Amino acid sequence: MLADKDRIFTNLYGQHDWRLEAARQRGAWDNTKALIERGHDAIINEMKKSGLRGRGGAGFPTGLKWSFMPKQSDGRPSYLVVNADESEPGTCKDRDIMRHDPHLLIEGCLVASFAMRAHACYIYVRGEFRREYKIVEAAIEEAYAAGLIGKNACGSGWDFDCYVHHGAGAYICGEETALIESLEGKKGMPRLKPPFPANVGLYGCPTTVNNVESIAVAPTILRRGAEWFSSFGRPNNAGTKVFCISGHVNRPCNVEEAMSIPLRELIEKHAGGVRGGWDNLLAVIPGGSSVPLLPKAICDTVLMDFDALRDVQSGLGTAGVVVMDKSTDVIAAIARLSRFYKHESCGQCTPCREGTGWIWRVMERLVRGEADPSEIDLLFEVTKQVEGHTICALGDAAAWPIQGLIRHFRPVIEERIRTKRGTAKPMAAE
Amino acid sequence: MTKILIDGHEHDLPGELTMLQACEAAGAEIPRFCYHERLSIAGNCRMCLIEVRMGGKPGPKPVASCAQQLKDLPPVKEGQPLHELITNSVTVKKAREGVMEFLLINHPLDCPICDQGGECDLQDQAMAYGHAKFNRFEENKRAVTDKNMGPLVNTIMTRCIHCTRCVRFAAEVAGVDEIGATGRGEDMEITTYLERAVTSEMSGNVIDLCPVGALTSKPYKFNARPWELTKTESVDVMDAVGSAIRVDARGPEVMRILPRTNEDVNEEWISDKTRFACDGLRRQRLDRPYVRRDGKLQPATWAEAFAAIAVRVKATTGARIGALAGDLCAAEEIKALKDLMQALKSPHMDCRQDGSLLGTDSQGNRQARQSYLFNTNIAGIEQADAILLIGTNPRWEAPLINARIRKTWLRNPVRIFRIGPAHDLTYPVDELGANPQILSEIAQGHHAVFQTLKDAKHPMLIVGPQAYARADGAAILALSAQIARETGMIGPEGQWNGFNVLHTAAARVGALDLGFLPGPGGRTTHGMIEAARSGELDVLYLLGTDELPSYDLGQAFVIYQGHHGDRAAHRADVILPGAAYTEKNGTYVNTEGRVQLGRRAIFPPGDAREDWTILRALSEHLGAVLQYDTLEQLRAAMLQDAPHIAHKDLAPANPGADPTIWTRIGEEGAIDGTPLKAAIHDFYLTNAIARASQTMAECSRTYGRGGMTMAAE
Repeated sequence: MLADKDRIFTNLYGQHDWRLEAARQRGAWDNTKALIERGHDAIINEMKKSGLRGRGGAGFPTGLKWSFMPKQSDGRPSYLVVNADESEPGTCKDRDIMRHDPHLLIEGCLVASFAMRAHACYIYVRGEFRREYKIVEAAIEEAYAAGLIGKNACGSGWDFDCYVHHGAGAYICGEETALIESLEGKKGMPRLKPPFPANVGLYGCPTTVNNVESIAVAPTILRRGAEWFSSFGRPNNAGTKVFCISGHVNRPCNVEEAMSIPLRELIEKHAGGVRGGWDNLLAVIPGGSSVPLLPKAICDTVLMDFDALRDVQSGLGTAGVVVMDKSTDVIAAIARLSRFYKHESCGQCTPCREGTGWIWRVMERLVRGEADPSEIDLLFEVTKQVEGHTICALGDAAAWPIQGLIRHFRPVIEERIRTKRGTAKPMAAE
Repeated sequence: MTKILIDGHEHDLPGELTMLQACEAAGAEIPRFCYHERLSIAGNCRMCLIEVRMGGKPGPKPVASCAQQLKDLPPVKEGQPLHELITNSVTVKKAREGVMEFLLINHPLDCPICDQGGECDLQDQAMAYGHAKFNRFEENKRAVTDKNMGPLVNTIMTRCIHCTRCVRFAAEVAGVDEIGATGRGEDMEITTYLERAVTSEMSGNVIDLCPVGALTSKPYKFNARPWELTKTESVDVMDAVGSAIRVDARGPEVMRILPRTNEDVNEEWISDKTRFACDGLRRQRLDRPYVRRDGKLQPATWAEAFAAIAVRVKATTGARIGALAGDLCAAEEIKALKDLMQALKSPHMDCRQDGSLLGTDSQGNRQARQSYLFNTNIAGIEQADAILLIGTNPRWEAPLINARIRKTWLRNPVRIFRIGPAHDLTYPVDELGANPQILSEIAQGHHAVFQTLKDAKHPMLIVGPQAYARADGAAILALSAQIARETGMIGPEGQWNGFNVLHTAAARVGALDLGFLPGPGGRTTHGMIEAARSGELDVLYLLGTDELPSYDLGQAFVIYQGHHGDRAAHRADVILPGAAYTEKNGTYVNTEGRVQLGRRAIFPPGDAREDWTILRALSEHLGAVLQYDTLEQLRAAMLQDAPHIAHKDLAPANPGADPTIWTRIGEEGAIDGTPLKAAIHDFYLTNAIARASQTMAECSRTYGRGGMTMAAE
């Protein structure tokens, strides 16, 4: 179990004040000037060494991402954009970071922007996070007033401005290029890549989009060193991570833990165990709604990190752990996710626009058992037709939960169809 | 250049090419819906998916070939095979079939009642990528409410496949952000701003762009099938741009007009007037000769009409006969009328209905051809970096030229100035006011614009009809030429030439080239009208002149030869029914001086005849027989007046030539301080065909642009 001294988010539960003074007592903004004086490249190298992988879901190495930004400006400014559009069902880590520890985020913005030679940073907050938006805004004002950001931030000689922007509540705006479009005032629709944001991003300028958690952990990593951070977790899956445990557990919670912790340990130690005991477990969605679920047999042993979950054909995603006990109608649960993706598809690519609706409608029938067994294969094929054929990953995210369901719970679906047919009165013609 | 394998064969192609273009260059056909050469890349239909094998390794997923350039691929590592694009593998076919299935599940499949049937991209591509054998979509299909897009574009939005070509066209080419998508996911709908008609003169092009039957032509709705139509390649006469068009006819009727691609002129767009005025070809037509008897126009035979003319012409002398040529005439009939007038020994000829002095000075001396041409050429606009608009509203006078200026503005840093009444041109313009006296200030270098033009690498100016058709038009032309000279707009031969005159009449440049202008002692347009009024002219021959400043022609005997019973026919004493532009083979010279051939798509209605044959027949009755019996002979005769007419389809290449030309343009004189006024009051009603068109009348009402009614005139 992660020791308290190794926690980065020391106010994750809001037991203390989020304001500047209290944050400083917890170690935020402690000699940030010295961090900046290490220089742009030293910071990026330290981040690379730490092995931090992006906490927004895709798990791209953060230091490497930062290193893609131009070292020499061609006249265009560089930007950092923080993705606080946390909308993945089952995930609520960025929200707690923003409302209880906003200064970690803002300090991270400064350090990361400096490393990437950006003088401005935009924090794009999810539409529904009204209170969090207010808190981040107030924290930014505090930081400005204290001279921590603004002209000559922290006395380092680096000018840095931080803006917080409020979204309008669309899941797709969490996709980095759709977020950039939305920030520019356009409709939130993902852009084609290439060009990648590091080349052509916000307002056509080099931009890096990072998750809140990835940015917020940066100052602590720099202070305590890359070795400290990479000492947690297995190789290639380093660090600590905030896990969000929800669903049929006794104490749903957010908890910061070391990577590669066994799923069972995570649930039993921090969330009070599965409702009705571990044997009452049906399945777990380990990384937010987009990743395929895992049946109990896998959950018994699987480790919570990028590689281990990939090996069982799922993913760590945002580490939003959704626990389902045996009382769950697993088909209905996945159908609900299908409805979500159908509702949130932006509508530009054909496969996702048309496919998500089709998938949801078939799923609804499967919930009721009003289908032909052959439609399970049809459904699987349709998800394959969506997956990998779209501009952004929403198409994949809509396809994976269904694929997981069919992979692990096909007998349940077939059983429901049989039951439905069995109870139906035979027609005269049959 | 990038070396790349395409379907196993090595090619060396420019890195700027998209993968789609590269595959096409290699001969592989790529299906597509959203991709269009002239619009930005959306990459959303996903039909153009291909497989990319990098260094011999299969890629993780198929790639939208329209959205990536060859140079986006990482460099090939030492010792590894070249990257390969695969367009014909099983993966690719499966991916495309998947996309096609998605497109079709919510498509109504109402091809039998769809106007796009037979020329539908979705239909065609479904033949190659559709699941022909089965339909496994068991759910209900989506239905979408139709949208109101005005009198031109019919919408059946259930058919829409959300390619967003129309949205991109409106925003990029037409310059009006009035089409967009609302809603998201499967609820996404294409609509116009507040369900209103798109306020663009180019809106009809979305019909061609729409790959399915969602946006179709409203006037053409349920009228014909593409395979029933005879297609004739021709040239447009609605303005002086000379857009390349295709006339689709069924039997005796023109059903619709579509654009053809001509990169130098209209790219592949046409204006709404060009496209939709064709119903005017069926209405208000003069289909038999008329002779005024007892004050009333009464039907007559050709022989009676000719006899009536012969009596009046033989009773007078050449000096008391005048002729005017109109805006829609082909060069052939202008040449025939010129020859007839010369045979009758009349010097009174003018083709400048608007009363301008283009091509001559006030003494009637001819000026060089360059003085009335659009010398930069339409495609040349794209190089311009500073543009001065003098008395022109290109958006209405030549929508395609306006679109070209907008394209230039989108791509290059270009400053645009205007002298004349303000009007939204779809790009930002520095307004210099409507008082033309500012020109002398600029010409003398006392105005900041002078320096901007001088500093520009490719400066140009456009003099439009608001300026040159005024009483002081010649003086404005002279000043414009002076500005062009002093700001270095006119380079040596073969180089940049920034002096441009924008015409609005398709016939004008051809007539000026042929010298249909007052001879020695001859009268101009205004002069002839005055003379007719005061009794100094006995006979006036009007060849399709429906835009004269006045039809109060006194006691003169007026012969009208033309195709529509419009303004001039009401005043005529004899009407000779001619052919409209779709009914005759004719030569037209556009504002650039580009000679193009219009071709006959249908025959003239009733007793109407091709115009030059009418003049040829009439000449026998007048005892002044024209020396040609066939169109070929007439065309050969035209070359004597204007040898360059032999060079078809080419615009003169920047005829900088002799520097003395540029000191003899227009005529120096005082400029009147009255503000320049709009030359076109209603874009949709600028000629006899358009005025006879119900569609154009509907547009005029819809767009409420001060359409002037006949009664008020």
